[in-house]
Amino acid sequence: MESARVVITGFGQITPLGLTAEETWDSLCAGRVGIDTITAFNPVGFSCKLAGQVPEYKIRDFVPKTYRKSTKLMSRDIELSVIAANEALIHAGLVTRGIDPENINIDPERVAINLGAGLISCDLVELAPAIAASTTDGRFDIRKWGKDGLDLVTPLWLLKYLPNMLACHVGIIHDIQGPSNTITCAEAGGHLAIAEATQVIARGASDIALAGGAEAKVNPIVMIRQCLLKRSTIENNHDPATACRPFDADAKGSVFGEAAGVVILEELQHAEKRNAKIYAEVVGLGQSNSINPAYEHLEPDGTGIRIAIEKALTEAQIQPDDLDMIIPHGTGIPADDLAEANAIQTVLGDAAAEIPVWPTKSILSNTGAASGAVDVVATLCAMRDGKIPAAKNCEKKAAGCNLNIANQPQEKNIRCALSCSYSYGGQTTAVILKKAD
Amino acid sequence: MAERVVITGMGIVCPLGHDVETLWQAILAGKSGAAKTTIFDASTFPTTFDAEVKDYDHRKYLKNPKLHEYSNRGSGFVVGATVQACRQAAIDVETDEPTDGIDRNRLGIYLGAGEGSIDNDVFFNSIIEGWDEEKNEMDWGRWAEIAYDRMDPMFELEQEPSMPVAHLAMLTGARGPTRSCLTACAASTQAVGEAMMLIRKGDADVIIAGGAHSMIHPLGLTGFNRLTALSTRNDSPETASRPFTASRDGFVLGEGAATLILESLGSAKKRGVKILAEVIGYGSSSDAFRVTDMHEEGRGAIQAINAALADAGITYKDVDYINTHGTSTAENDLIETKAIKAVFKEEAKNTPASSVKSMLGHLIGAAGAAELITCVLAIRDNIIPPTMNLNDPDPALDLDYVPNKPRKMPVNVAMNESFGFGGQNNVVIIKRYQD
Repeated sequence: MESARVVITGFGQITPLGLTAEETWDSLCAGRVGIDTITAFNPVGFSCKLAGQVPEYKIRDFVPKTYRKSTKLMSRDIELSVIAANEALIHAGLVTRGIDPENINIDPERVAINLGAGLISCDLVELAPAIAASTTDGRFDIRKWGKDGLDLVTPLWLLKYLPNMLACHVGIIHDIQGPSNTITCAEAGGHLAIAEATQVIARGASDIALAGGAEAKVNPIVMIRQCLLKRSTIENNHDPATACRPFDADAKGSVFGEAAGVVILEELQHAEKRNAKIYAEVVGLGQSNSINPAYEHLEPDGTGIRIAIEKALTEAQIQPDDLDMIIPHGTGIPADDLAEANAIQTVLGDAAAEIPVWPTKSILSNTGAASGAVDVVATLCAMRDGKIPAAKNCEKKAAGCNLNIANQPQEKNIRCALSCSYSYGGQTTAVILKKAD
Repeated sequence: MAERVVITGMGIVCPLGHDVETLWQAILAGKSGAAKTTIFDASTFPTTFDAEVKDYDHRKYLKNPKLHEYSNRGSGFVVGATVQACRQAAIDVETDEPTDGIDRNRLGIYLGAGEGSIDNDVFFNSIIEGWDEEKNEMDWGRWAEIAYDRMDPMFELEQEPSMPVAHLAMLTGARGPTRSCLTACAASTQAVGEAMMLIRKGDADVIIAGGAHSMIHPLGLTGFNRLTALSTRNDSPETASRPFTASRDGFVLGEGAATLILESLGSAKKRGVKILAEVIGYGSSSDAFRVTDMHEEGRGAIQAINAALADAGITYKDVDYINTHGTSTAENDLIETKAIKAVFKEEAKNTPASSVKSMLGHLIGAAGAAELITCVLAIRDNIIPPTMNLNDPDPALDLDYVPNKPRKMPVNVAMNESFGFGGQNNVVIIKRYQD
C-alpha cells in the first residue's frame, strides 16, 4: 500500500535535567547527571532512595489562563505531558487554540495525538485522611469507607488517574480533534505511541500528530514496587550520580524517575508546504514480544528485542552499518542489559562493535512510558548538532557485552539512529530515525 | 490494494457467560448480568450492585496454568477468552511448535486493557498504619516496612495494564506487533480498529484483538460513584441499566474480556478457516472539549462515525444496525442519539440502534470488543439484540432502539460505537463476508 512519509518537525521534553529539550540537551552535553536523592517524599526505609526528579515548575505557567482551573484535575503525569506538548508545538511553529487563539494555523480535525502513559498511581497522602476515617479497631473497615470515607474523596478524583487523561488534557488545551490513543505498554509506551502515530499519518488519517510519552514514577507506591521486584539498585545510595550503570560490570539495578517527551510528527508534504524545519524522518518501526515465564525479565538471548530491531531495519531499508548511533533501553539491570546486548550484537554483527551506543538511563533515570520518547528527542538533538554526549557509569563492560559504549563525547554525523525499548511485561520495540537531507 | 481483514475467531468471558454462545442465548432471552456486589462488601456504597463474572477459573482453560498463576482478574478473563477464540480460529496455544500455519513473527496482539486491581487489605491497612495523625502526614519509613513485609512483588507487577497482553504472548507465542491501549470505555474498539490497520498495512497476518478489564474493586467503585456515573437503583439491579429511557440514572459497572481473531483474508483462505465477518471500517476522533463532559452536539462522535464510514467506503444508508455505546447515563444517550441523527439524517429513525449494555453492563475497557462480538452474531443470525428495560422512553430520544425484544431482520453491515471518558471516540464497522 502506498503510504505517506512521516517526518519530525518539532519536539519538547521535561526531564530531570531540565524543563525544556534545550535545557536537557545542554546538560547532557555538559556531562551532568539527573539522578539524586528523592525529595518528593522521605525515602527512609526504601532500599533505593534515588530517583530522577524534574526541576521545580508551576503548571499554571504552561497552560492558557482559561485552563488554570483545570490543572486541579491533573496528576503529575498529566502535568508533565502538558508541559512537553506545549514546547513541542511551539518548537514546530504550530499555533493552536492553547497557544494563540487569534492566530491558529492548524486544522484541528487533522491533528492526532498518541501518548504512552503508565499506570498512574494515586496519591496516598490525598487518600489517607479518608482511609484513616474508615477504621474499626485500627483496621480498615470497608463499610465505614462506603458510608463515610468515600464522601471525603474529591468528586472528580478518578479523572486524575485514568491514563488517557494525558492525551485528553493536551487535546483539550490545544483543540486536537483527530485520532487519539493512549498506549499503556509501560517502558515501551513512548516508542509505541510514536510508532502508531506515524502509522496514523502514513495512512492519511491525519496530517500532524503529537506523539510521545510521560510518566511520573517518583511516588512511594511505584518506587516500592520496583524495590520489591529488585529492579531498583540497592547500592550507591550515597553516590547518586554513579548508581545506574547500564552494561557495566558493577551494575546492580535501575533508578526510576519522571519525565515527558513529545515529538511533532508530520506528513512530509504538509511539512514542506509550510516550510517547517524537518529534523528527521521516521523510517523504521519494529515490534515484538519477549516471552519469558519470569515476566519481569527479558528472555536471556534477547529474541524479542532482536526481532523488533530486525523488523525496523527491514522497514527502514538500511544495513546495520548505516546506523551511526544506538540508544538502547539499557536499564542497569544486569540480566536485561545482557539480553539486550545479545540482541543488538546478533542483529548488527560486526557493526555492533563499531556503532556508538549511548544509554541515557544512567543520566536521566528510567522514566517508564516517557523513556522511549525522551530517547527519541535526545536522538533528534544529537542528529541536529552532530554530536553524541558522553555515556556515564560504564567503565568496565559486563561480560558478554561487546557494544561500543560512547564513553567519550564525540562529534559525529548521525545519518540513521536506532533506539529500543521494552516493558517488563515483554513488549519490545525499535525505532529508526533518518536525518533530514 | 490493502489486505482485507476478516474475523476468524471469537471468545468471551463476561457477566452473561463464559463463552460466545451462552452470551448470545442470554442476550436473545433478554437476561441481565447485574446483581448485588459479591467481590467485596459494597453494602454501604451509593451503588451496591454491579455485573460480575461469576464462577470463573482461568486455569481450567490451560494445560500449564503455572505460567498465569498471578493473573489479575482482567488477565485471567482474557486468557480464557483467547483460548476460545484461538480454538475457533484453529490457532495453537501453549506450544513451542505450532502447526497452525501462522508465522509467530506475524502474529500480533492488541488489547484495550485496564489496570489490575490492588491488594485491598495491604493497600488500605498499610496507609492506616503509616498515617501519623498528629503530624497529619504519612510516615513513609513505617509504611515501607509494612509494604516490604506484606506486598507480593508479582501481584504488584500484575497491576500494570500491559500485563494482559504479556499473558497472551506467553499463551500464543506471538512475536508480532503487540500493543495495549487504555482509552477508557473506548479502548477495545480502538484496539480492534488499530489492529485492523496493522494487518491492512502488512505488519501482521493475524492479530488477537480485544479487551480485558475489571474496575470492580473498592477504589474503582469509589471513583465512579464520586463521579455520579453509576446507577444507584439498588432495589432493582437487573433493570438498572436502562439506556434511552426517561428514568435512566447511570451505567452498571461490569467486567470481563473479549477477543476476536483478526486475520488477513489471504491468511484465512490459505489456512482454510471459517470466516465469521469482515472488518471494513474504523474511525477515531477526540472531542477536545472537557474532561468531564462529552461535546454537547456530539462533534467528536459524528467525526468518528463519518471517518469509519469513509474508511469502509460506504454511506450511512448501507448500515443495517448500530450497536450503540448506550451507557444509560443521561449525557451519553442524549448525545449519542444526536450524533446518530446528524450522520444518518432521514435514515436515523429507520436504522435499528440498540444497547446490549442494558443486559451486559458496562465492561469499560472490554466493552467495545464484547459488543463487537454481538454485532458478528447479529450478522450471522440476522437478529438484532434488544435494548432491555426500555419501558419509559425518553421523549427527547426517538430512534429505533429495538426495545425489549430481539428483532429478526437481515443484517449485513453493523456499526459498533464506543466513546470514552475524556472524549475519545472510536467506531468500527463490520460486514457479512462475501468473497
